[in-house]
Amino acid sequence: MKTLVNRLLGPVTILSLALTVWLGLWVTPPDRVQGNWARLVYVHPAVAWVALYLSFGTAAIASALYLWPRTRAAVMDRVAHCAMEVSVVFIALTLITGSLWGRPTWGVWWVWDARLTSTAVLGVLALGYLALRRATDDTGQRARRGAVYVLLAAINVPIVHFSVLWWKTLHQNATVFTANRTLTIHGIMAWTLLLSFVSFSLAFAWLLRARYRLEVAREGATDRVVERALDERRREGAF
Amino acid sequence: MEISAAPVVTLRDAVVLLNDFPLLSGVTLDVPGASLTVVTGPNGAGKTSLLMLLGGLVRLSRGTGVVAGVDLASGDLRELRRRVGWLGHEGSFYDDLSARENLVFAARALERPVDLIGPALERVGLSRRANSPARRLSAGQRRRLGLAWLLVRRPALWLLDEPYASLDDEGREFFDDLIGDVVDAGATVLVSAHDPLRAEHLRPRAVSLVGGRVAEDPS
Amino acid sequence: MIRTALLVAGKDLRIEARSRVLLWQVVPFGVMALLLSGLALGPSHAGNSDAAPGLFYLVVVLVTLLMINRSVSIERRPGTWASVATLGLDPAGVFLGKALALAVELWLTAVVLLVGAVLFLHTTLHGTVVAIPSVVETLAALAAAGTLYGGLSAGGAASTLLPLVALPAFAPLLIAGERSFVAALHGGALWEWWVIVTVALAAYVAVGILLYGVLEES
Repeated sequence: MKTLVNRLLGPVTILSLALTVWLGLWVTPPDRVQGNWARLVYVHPAVAWVALYLSFGTAAIASALYLWPRTRAAVMDRVAHCAMEVSVVFIALTLITGSLWGRPTWGVWWVWDARLTSTAVLGVLALGYLALRRATDDTGQRARRGAVYVLLAAINVPIVHFSVLWWKTLHQNATVFTANRTLTIHGIMAWTLLLSFVSFSLAFAWLLRARYRLEVAREGATDRVVERALDERRREGAF
Repeated sequence: MEISAAPVVTLRDAVVLLNDFPLLSGVTLDVPGASLTVVTGPNGAGKTSLLMLLGGLVRLSRGTGVVAGVDLASGDLRELRRRVGWLGHEGSFYDDLSARENLVFAARALERPVDLIGPALERVGLSRRANSPARRLSAGQRRRLGLAWLLVRRPALWLLDEPYASLDDEGREFFDDLIGDVVDAGATVLVSAHDPLRAEHLRPRAVSLVGGRVAEDPS
Repeated sequence: MIRTALLVAGKDLRIEARSRVLLWQVVPFGVMALLLSGLALGPSHAGNSDAAPGLFYLVVVLVTLLMINRSVSIERRPGTWASVATLGLDPAGVFLGKALALAVELWLTAVVLLVGAVLFLHTTLHGTVVAIPSVVETLAALAAAGTLYGGLSAGGAASTLLPLVALPAFAPLLIAGERSFVAALHGGALWEWWVIVTVALAAYVAVGILLYGVLEES
């Protein structure tokens, strides 16, 4: 079953993304006010969802599991690390697509809107995680500090979520639902939007798996380095 | 202090890695209670690393070990650290606090009686410098401050990392006398040194480390 | 935990009283930074109280980074670290103690900086006084967060790593602090910003109590 999922993940992701692109660019109608620029709704919210919730959430859960003694395992640290790397990529895509959408809508590439600013802050947080991991070669120290850091960073994710409501700024309010949970987008557009969330979530899973495999290979190489170092050290004391 | 002849330290193929470098490359060692053990070896042999492992100050990467009843792989290292006394060669505690203030802080941390501090400072010859900031003490005096702390704590396991460095003959004699008293009272003492102890009357056990492993162990 | 916290806080504040780094280095740096920010605004805007809350908190952040580095470096001298480690102090208590000491030092520095804001940046005295409770709470949250991030970045690259890991986390606190200061000066709703800072303070304190031991073991 696991092998089947692994084999199908890549092709299903590509198909899903292709379908999203086709529906988003050719099948769905343009928006009454924003015209074709509104088609970015099939990219930007899904990418933001992956960046801020799916990847960060995966990293936070894996970090929490790593810190909990009963579930502490190297796999949790690897998942957290890989998820955060993917998060950096998706946060960058969120900001880029947001800017592309903002330029024709607001007239500028960037505004000091709380949502945008908080997302940029989260991006730097994610970069900080990668810098923290590079600051030490000690695997245990790296894993422990990284896990604590991710949990701290996760505190900021709800701040981003509530910033739209509390700062009352330029960024549009919740895109899909109104405050009383009424759906604001209908028909083929709604289904395409839903498909985009599924597609980018699959893309996240695919990237995560690929990065994880790379990390396992890298650690294997490190283990061989350690064994060689042990042999050399022991030869210092050879009689 | 508990008097015990059972091993206080049991290590089997203990490896300590730091940034993928093996500080210890497979140490097998037993240290009985109420004894004095001198760990010798050239620079880089792993003497300090061994003592830090026994003090719970670095983690065991491979192998097994039990020190003062605490499993190094799965036990509570904070609890181990509370059971050992450490004297490093870099000096102890806080430079901006006086000798007495450092000892008061440490005594309160471990809920030891503060009135033990005066006699301890007297014993190590620091009574007249009790109110000097630690930064103004010489290297030898800082070593004595660390010893004063151990006298207040009286742990069951003493780990002394090159205590004789920077000491004159009088200082060395003082240390030998103190270590003799402590071992006679039932503590287990491990001392790291470049050379074997001159004080043969202490009948130390000598363990030689080379390349992160035990090269010579009389037991 | 509380006993350890008071012991550690007392030790840190005593070290500060002996060394006077706060008095002779950090506070003058803060005042200079405030003056520089006025210069950076230019002569026609230097005395602009609209910019004052943001500039105040910008200087506070720079001061906080200095103080965190100082707090961490006290513990990380090789001999000190090993000796104190053998005391087996409750890490939650150590976290609370160091955060409390850092908060006290920041509050003392803020007194001088608020006076500077009134003098150099022309904030109203009444508005500045009204802002004090929000400043106190925001600095407490910064101290809690800073103590955690100081523990995270302690080690060889601490001085360059700390700003990168800590500043993004400080950003929401700065926003909330600045907005509350503006509300205090010019009127407006304060409660949203109080909620942000209170939630952040509670979260950082909770995480610190739970996880500071993990950082110490690192």
